[in-house]
Amino acid sequence: MADSENSDHKLGQTADNPNGRRRFLDFLLATSAGATLVAIFYPIFRFMSPPKTVEAAQNSVSAGKMSELPVNSGKIFKFGNKPGILVRTQSGDLRAFSAVCTHLECIVQYSSEKKQIWCACHNGQYNLNGQNIGGPPPRPLEEYVVNTHGDDIIVSKA
Amino acid sequence: MNTGALIDWIDARVGLGPLAELAHKKEVPLHRHTIWYYFGGMTLFLFVVQVTTGALLLLYYRPGAESAFESIQFIMTDVQFGWLIRSIHSWSANLMIAALFVHMFSAFFTKAYRSPRELTWVSGALLLFIVLGFGFSGYLLPWNRLAFFATKVGTDIAGTVPLAGGFLLRFLRGGEDVTGATLTRFFGFHVAILPGITTVLLVVHVFLVQKHGMSTPEGIDRTRLRTMRFVPNFLLRDLIGWVLAVGVLAALAAIFPWELGEKADAFASAPAGIRPEWYFLFMFQTLKFIPAKILGVDGEVIGILAFALGGLLWVIVPFIDRIPGTRTSRVFTAAGIVVVLYIIGMTIYGYVG
Repeated sequence: MADSENSDHKLGQTADNPNGRRRFLDFLLATSAGATLVAIFYPIFRFMSPPKTVEAAQNSVSAGKMSELPVNSGKIFKFGNKPGILVRTQSGDLRAFSAVCTHLECIVQYSSEKKQIWCACHNGQYNLNGQNIGGPPPRPLEEYVVNTHGDDIIVSKA
Repeated sequence: MNTGALIDWIDARVGLGPLAELAHKKEVPLHRHTIWYYFGGMTLFLFVVQVTTGALLLLYYRPGAESAFESIQFIMTDVQFGWLIRSIHSWSANLMIAALFVHMFSAFFTKAYRSPRELTWVSGALLLFIVLGFGFSGYLLPWNRLAFFATKVGTDIAGTVPLAGGFLLRFLRGGEDVTGATLTRFFGFHVAILPGITTVLLVVHVFLVQKHGMSTPEGIDRTRLRTMRFVPNFLLRDLIGWVLAVGVLAALAAIFPWELGEKADAFASAPAGIRPEWYFLFMFQTLKFIPAKILGVDGEVIGILAFALGGLLWVIVPFIDRIPGTRTSRVFTAAGIVVVLYIIGMTIYGYVG
């Protein structure tokens, strides 16, 4: 074993560049091993990052019926794959917002007692214009346009 | 902290000395059958590929009759390199079984199962059955038509076993029929129960190989045997094989991506030309040939019992073939050759017949 190592050593030596051949082989070995590892791990890494699901191209949705929504109440509806909240105020106005709290993405609800939109997770509060008025939420809720079509309530993105 | 100091630090707490000594001492005999020693390591490597790609597939796979097929469609079309990971998983499964067969038959023909290695053989034979279980359960997971019928047939075969058949069938199917409940069950077998059993058996198997060292076949002069160090000489040769295997897998996956087929439909007829994976084909083909009735008993039952008996004999071979050089021992070798020829013949017949 030791003998063969010595002879290898001599073979790899040249007068002006000791071990030049061995260093070159080491370089080839290291780069091919590196390239192999990259070729294995790059697909794994990409596989693990989930593909973007196509955003629902939905711009308006039927959120419910007037007859099923009493004054001073609210309901959650599906806007594509995101929740929205529809509120019928004390005065009978209809308002619609994104139901995703701007704090940590919990789903908000309508509090008929306080006449506010309220997030139960961290006590975030929004007024009926969607403005953040108390608790941790940093931004207002995204507001939607509400129209009625007979008994149907149609919510669309502004 | 430099590397040397780090190693010293770990050594002081873990005690790397015995491990290093073990690695240093382990030697591989060199003779004309040395080539066969590589197939155990190859099987193990492909198993590691299975565990890795399987874990990755779990990130997207959704078991269930309404979601399994769709989730694999999603993996194949939307997930980046999803086609690659799934195809490698399928191809590697097949290559692993092929490597396992080579490993097993080489151990059989070199009679590596003799004392003191009987339990190494038994643990290996049990691993064979587990691996076939992996193949059978994994095949259903895409919930396509071929898988659906393969599972119907396979579980039905289990149902013909005398006495225990009815129980076996319901146990495997999770009910009377192949439904979403079967899929959930097979998923559980495939990703939890079988891997658990495999881990235990594999630890035993590899430990025993380590303990007894590689077996030197009969007829090799042990007094003048040359050896090779396992670390690094043999391991580096192993490594070359593994790198080649990765290349072969990548090429197969790219050139022949694994098909998904049509979604399973319990109210559609079985497609023409349906047959199981190649490693079950010889049994499938045999069952086709057995007459409906043998001495008043269902032919199928006889066939299945014969295969079960064959499997049992295969496991206990080390306890019947014990003394080298005897006539009995030569009978085992001859029987092994017949088995191999039968498997190869029936498999080819299954493809062309």
